[in-house]
Amino acid sequence: MSEPQPSGEIRPLSLALKGLFPVALLAIFLVLFVRFGPLGVFRAAFPPVEELTFERIAFPDEGLIRIYLVNGGPEPVTIAQVQVNEAYWEYTVEPSPVVERLARAVIEVSYPWVDGDPVAVTIVTSTGVTFSEEVDVATRSPEMNRRYVVTFALLGFYVGVIPVFLGLLWLPFLADVSERWLAFFLSFTIGLLVFLGVDAVEGAFELTDRVGSAFQGVGLVLLGVVGTPLIIQALSRLGRTPVKGGALGLSFLVAVVIGLHNLGEGLAIGAAYSVGEVTLGTTLVFGFLLHNTTEGLGIVAPIAKTRPSLGTLATLGLIAGTPAILGAWIGGFSFSPIANVLFLSVGAGAVIQVVIVLGKHLSRGSTGGLSAPLNAVGVVTGLVLMYLTGLFVAA
Amino acid sequence: MKRRPDEMAPPGDPSTEETKGLSRRDLLRSGVVGVVGLAAGGGALAAKSPTRTKSTSDADPAHSNHVMGVGGEIDPSIFDPTAFLKEFDYGNVTTLPNGQVQREYFITAIDREIEVAPGVYFAAWTYNGTVPGPTIRCTEGDRLKVNFTNAGSHPHTIHFHGIHAAGMDGVFETVAPGESFVYEFDAAPMGLHLYHCHTVPLKRHIHKGLYGAFIIDPRDGRPEANEMVMVMNGFDTNFDGDNEVYACNTVAFHYQKHPIEIEQGELVRLYLINTTEFDLINSLHLHGNFFRLYRTGTDLERFEWTDTVALCQGERAVLEFTYDFPGKFMFHAHQSEFAELGWMGVFDVKPSTFA
Repeated sequence: MSEPQPSGEIRPLSLALKGLFPVALLAIFLVLFVRFGPLGVFRAAFPPVEELTFERIAFPDEGLIRIYLVNGGPEPVTIAQVQVNEAYWEYTVEPSPVVERLARAVIEVSYPWVDGDPVAVTIVTSTGVTFSEEVDVATRSPEMNRRYVVTFALLGFYVGVIPVFLGLLWLPFLADVSERWLAFFLSFTIGLLVFLGVDAVEGAFELTDRVGSAFQGVGLVLLGVVGTPLIIQALSRLGRTPVKGGALGLSFLVAVVIGLHNLGEGLAIGAAYSVGEVTLGTTLVFGFLLHNTTEGLGIVAPIAKTRPSLGTLATLGLIAGTPAILGAWIGGFSFSPIANVLFLSVGAGAVIQVVIVLGKHLSRGSTGGLSAPLNAVGVVTGLVLMYLTGLFVAA
Repeated sequence: MKRRPDEMAPPGDPSTEETKGLSRRDLLRSGVVGVVGLAAGGGALAAKSPTRTKSTSDADPAHSNHVMGVGGEIDPSIFDPTAFLKEFDYGNVTTLPNGQVQREYFITAIDREIEVAPGVYFAAWTYNGTVPGPTIRCTEGDRLKVNFTNAGSHPHTIHFHGIHAAGMDGVFETVAPGESFVYEFDAAPMGLHLYHCHTVPLKRHIHKGLYGAFIIDPRDGRPEANEMVMVMNGFDTNFDGDNEVYACNTVAFHYQKHPIEIEQGELVRLYLINTTEFDLINSLHLHGNFFRLYRTGTDLERFEWTDTVALCQGERAVLEFTYDFPGKFMFHAHQSEFAELGWMGVFDVKPSTFA
């Protein structure tokens, strides 16, 4: 096969045949295995392995509990009965009590839950296997209505848009500092982004518990973290955008990354409110305000010397800030662990790409790369400042 | 804002639409389910207002949204707890040459999946395919011949409570799968007893369902009554050493969904046995009434006058009572946890036809 491929009509076909040959064999073996394989031995000896994962327990109204389940196990699961606080209660289930593999079910229980009390839910399947989940504090879940849409939008605005725009106001300051100090602030941006990236990965891993095992939470994290930088890079080359070197492109990239990060923060806040951790939500908002103001600085550092227009700045700010609103809506109304894991990992993956680009950008300049003392201090300062402001984010 | 789902939301409230939707769904659900509505406290089912009575009897609890209990129905063709109440196995009766009555019983241990709550299946070990096993009934002094066959997958025995020879005690004579054993002894003493498997590990063999009621009537009988057997039991469906289901005669909430009909003024006799595994004590509390409690049923004269009885595993008692008032009266374990996990039932006292 070492000789060069002559171009022709037959060649691709034979190539496809060669490629499909193992697939066809695989299909045959699968059929043989299922029909004649040793599975029967195991099937007779053991009860079916069942797995149900609680995605969310909501309290949409007084006297009503709504339970969102996903079957991440290898076999279909049949929901038979529901216990709330160690007592059986009648329930309805949609779409079916038989939850197929990778499928979802929503259970509604008419139960007089008490505001502020813990609520423990246990699902008993047809084989008597139980799955339990406890809500520490039962409280009315936000509904998709004007009041909550506005509330969450306002929350997102406070934690995302306002701090980012405040941070952008550092532009005149950055425009006046020397080349060396600008490199310091770019390094600072790198530290800041690395911190956010690790933070996102941690959050994603934490959430993998809530993802049914068939959905492979860790695999999702890997997909997001490794796939995202590669895709961004490939896209930037395809579109010949000035991402590689251009200052504005770099700023846009930083804004997008911070936007993804803020989406994650919005999700966290929305979810905290929706599962009744209201005080946590308030601390989160306060912490994020402090935390995210530094992000604006990161966005404008690459373009400090280019005198961008106000429109450009506003666009950058919106790209970075508004996803927090979107995140708060998603987190508050339809918290999905799988989507959340993916959001967070994509954010972390994007960080890798931006850090690489920023690092190249720095090393091309006259001030040296990240190993230059002032730049190294910049990275560490970014990390430390994120850590310190993070102390206010009690999540 | 405190608001019941079935009340109108104030105008202008953005959640009005959602609330209306819920209300409709709730009503629909209540209608479909059609089971008596019970307060979480497990207290007053006995209807106070005429409306409430109507809603419970007409299976239309539209104004009690919260329904404790289990949804759905079991398949009664496999085991019907209502029928089991009054099923007594008197055996094949013959008279021995010496004039003694002999009763011959046939009991087979069978592995079988049973339904312990609607839709919840439990891989049980049973006597004759049901949990509890058949209620063996005889009279004091009868010769009992119990032909036991083990068609299960594990060794089993039948250990009868009572007075008999050591070799008939069903402890050391383990019956392997496929083998048989004949237990022969005279029925004594009169009272309410039980039988169960005594193979080790004991906890597992009993918890899996190998137990039943064993009634030895006094020679002169007891006063005529509406008699029923209630075996208090529990099921650890997920094998964590704790019961997920508690019941009286196996099926959670069965007598709540299907109240036991009795008549005002008639004498009711309960043969109550506790076989609950994992929990030390089970109990019965009768609503709106008191009962005569004959512990182990071995004395026809002395009794206790009470409305609640606690029994340790293996303990049993004969309860006698008469309802003066018609209507629905609960009975349940007075451990709220057991009650809410299935051990809850209702007597439906019908007005006396000749009162």
